[in-house]
Amino acid sequence: MMGKKDLKTYAENTWCPGCGNFGILNALMASIEDLNEEDGIEPERFVLASGIGCHAKIVDYVNVNSFYSIHGRVAPTISGIKLANPELVVIGHAGDGDAYGEGIAHLIFAAKRNINVTFIVHDNRVYGLTTGQFTPTSPTGFKGRSTPKGSPEEPFNPLELLLSAGATFVARGYTAHMKRLTALIKAAVRHHGFSFIEVLQPCFTFFNTYKFYNEQVYDLFDKGHDPKDLGAALEMAREWSYGMDGRVATGIFYQVQKPTYEERLLGERIPVGMNPGRLEAVLKAHT
Amino acid sequence: MAKRVGIEVSIAIAEAAKLARSEVIPAYPITPQTHIVEHLSEFVASGELDAEFIPVESEHAAMSCCCGSSAAGARTFTSSSSQGLSLMSEILYIPSTMRLPIVMVVANRALSAPISIWNDHQDIMVQRDIGWIQTFAENGQEAFDLTLHAFRVAEDRRVSLPMIVNIDGFTLSHVIEPIEILSQEEVDGYLPPFKPRYKLDPKKPITMGPVGIPEVYTEAKMAHSEAIKASKRVIIKAWQEFADMFGRQYNPVETYRCEDADVMLVTMGSISETAMTAVDKMREAGQQVGLVRIRLWRPFPSQEFRRAAGKAKVLAVIDRCLPPGAVCGPVGAELRSLFYKVPGSPKIFSFVAGLGGRDVTVERFEEIVDKARAYAKKRPRELFEVIGVREK
Ligand SMILES: Cc1ncc(C[n+]2csc(CCOP(=O)(O)OP(=O)(O)O)c2C)c(N)n1
Ligand code: SF4
Ligand SMILES: [Mg+2]
Repeated sequence: MMGKKDLKTYAENTWCPGCGNFGILNALMASIEDLNEEDGIEPERFVLASGIGCHAKIVDYVNVNSFYSIHGRVAPTISGIKLANPELVVIGHAGDGDAYGEGIAHLIFAAKRNINVTFIVHDNRVYGLTTGQFTPTSPTGFKGRSTPKGSPEEPFNPLELLLSAGATFVARGYTAHMKRLTALIKAAVRHHGFSFIEVLQPCFTFFNTYKFYNEQVYDLFDKGHDPKDLGAALEMAREWSYGMDGRVATGIFYQVQKPTYEERLLGERIPVGMNPGRLEAVLKAHT
Repeated sequence: MAKRVGIEVSIAIAEAAKLARSEVIPAYPITPQTHIVEHLSEFVASGELDAEFIPVESEHAAMSCCCGSSAAGARTFTSSSSQGLSLMSEILYIPSTMRLPIVMVVANRALSAPISIWNDHQDIMVQRDIGWIQTFAENGQEAFDLTLHAFRVAEDRRVSLPMIVNIDGFTLSHVIEPIEILSQEEVDGYLPPFKPRYKLDPKKPITMGPVGIPEVYTEAKMAHSEAIKASKRVIIKAWQEFADMFGRQYNPVETYRCEDADVMLVTMGSISETAMTAVDKMREAGQQVGLVRIRLWRPFPSQEFRRAAGKAKVLAVIDRCLPPGAVCGPVGAELRSLFYKVPGSPKIFSFVAGLGGRDVTVERFEEIVDKARAYAKKRPRELFEVIGVREK
């Protein structure tokens, strides 16, 4: 049986102390472990892909297959991986700048197609790696490096957007609630279709939101929310519009079953399978 | 004349764009360019610069926004690098043929993969033929001066073309250098207000960027090509005036200790300064070595280059870009075609060095000169050589 130790890599962790990304890393590792134990998914079947940003370093820290893509292009990259080999369990990690700025069109289309992958946004509401500029989810008035007078734009609400775009699994987590975040990641991977998790991830250095979230975050589950109800999901998504006030719901907002993109496109066909025999033959032929 | 101050080169460039009274600055952050636009956003926020700073959602948006603001008649500045510049690609060809005089500083950086934030010239060489005027700065003062020069040339009605000033990422963008920052009065004396030849004006409606049917497309491209060729005179004249006013002279091609040199190194950008040190060292050891630096890359200063380097026996050309599968690096290829079948022209050897932040040291330049001399006697098998590759 695999343990957390097996999932660690030798890469030195360079996130700032107190960074919310640690919460995502721990929840991800715990999820991979549980999914291995409970669902029998071998670690080799996982593929992580990332954009560019602080969040992206996560693929260096987990000992499974990974693809470090470029800024904004996580969704098409994981779509390609999944379509080539639907047997893989594919998880994309994107930043909020990545997913909601540079790459927003891709995210909408991945949701529209309902491709069976998991998409996790590390939403620190700031460009972390480029040292603190505002992003599409920074609150109005946010004083970042590119907006010294404060952001003149309203943030947009990614949950509302993804619900409208046709995502069949829409959730929100918080890095300080590790256990619940782990449960969300597992549920997302188990969901058959496009799973979107928006993770509230404080950036300790450029936008420390711990206090606000600690006070305002609550769990939808406690509220008896029905995740099959799109209307209720939209209503819950609209409860908080990414300002710096109001209650912030976490949990699964919406989940329905619909045919996935690969089912529609490929049926039973698997273009590139998990076939170690073939791989051995390939290796032999080349040594 | 103003005193020199120790200042980060990125901040000096932001100062230049401010002194130029830029009016619209759409930008997206990317290392190592970020400091330039960040400082501009601060100038706008503090009221020191009366401009619109637009923090857009991507570089594709940034360049599109630049096209719009320049078309509307505003003095427009932006800056980018590497992946960001690549993402602008689709748009970059548009303001040049449409003759929109946007000024952009590119902090040159390697392209992925593998991911690298460090300096070389691959990002800009991809954009070699976008039809923008392009210069390369060697140091911080040049970066400042060339930025002002760029506005002056780009907006000149005889030119009306966008212009890129290339500065090496980190080796220039992030270092502090003693730089003379001109006063507002001085800059105003050099750079008149922007009076576009055409603009989107409700009183005089025009159509910009319509379809180029086969009957006119070639002519539109030809007009662009002629315009950039003709711009050279204005570029040189604007440098001359700069020298008259502020005492610093720039030329399209610069030589260093080329008198009687049989071997000449050819460089662009900040490695030229190390190359000069290398030349000094080799000269001390009795070698007849010189250096030719290309400051104006587009339009390529053919005559000036021939004049500067035509007497050499051997040219050792250094490219900071490796184009896999090509005959040689872009600068090497340019010079080989420049001297093709010119009687008595130098033998040209092409070297690739300094990729993804790899240092090009004095010793490397010496190695390059030694190799070029040897190749002049016995032709190398390959048409170019990558210098400083680790074997282990
Ligand atoms: C095309 C392109 N433009 C700009 C950049 C520079 N860049 C690197 S990371 C980043 C933003 C990162 O912000 P986010 O996606 O929110 O990730 P975080 O660092 O906050 O995790 C930017 C703009 C880039 N790599 N590629
Ligand atoms: S800058 Fe922010 S997001 Fe990046 S590692 Fe530091 S705390 Fe985390
Ligand atoms: Mg972010």
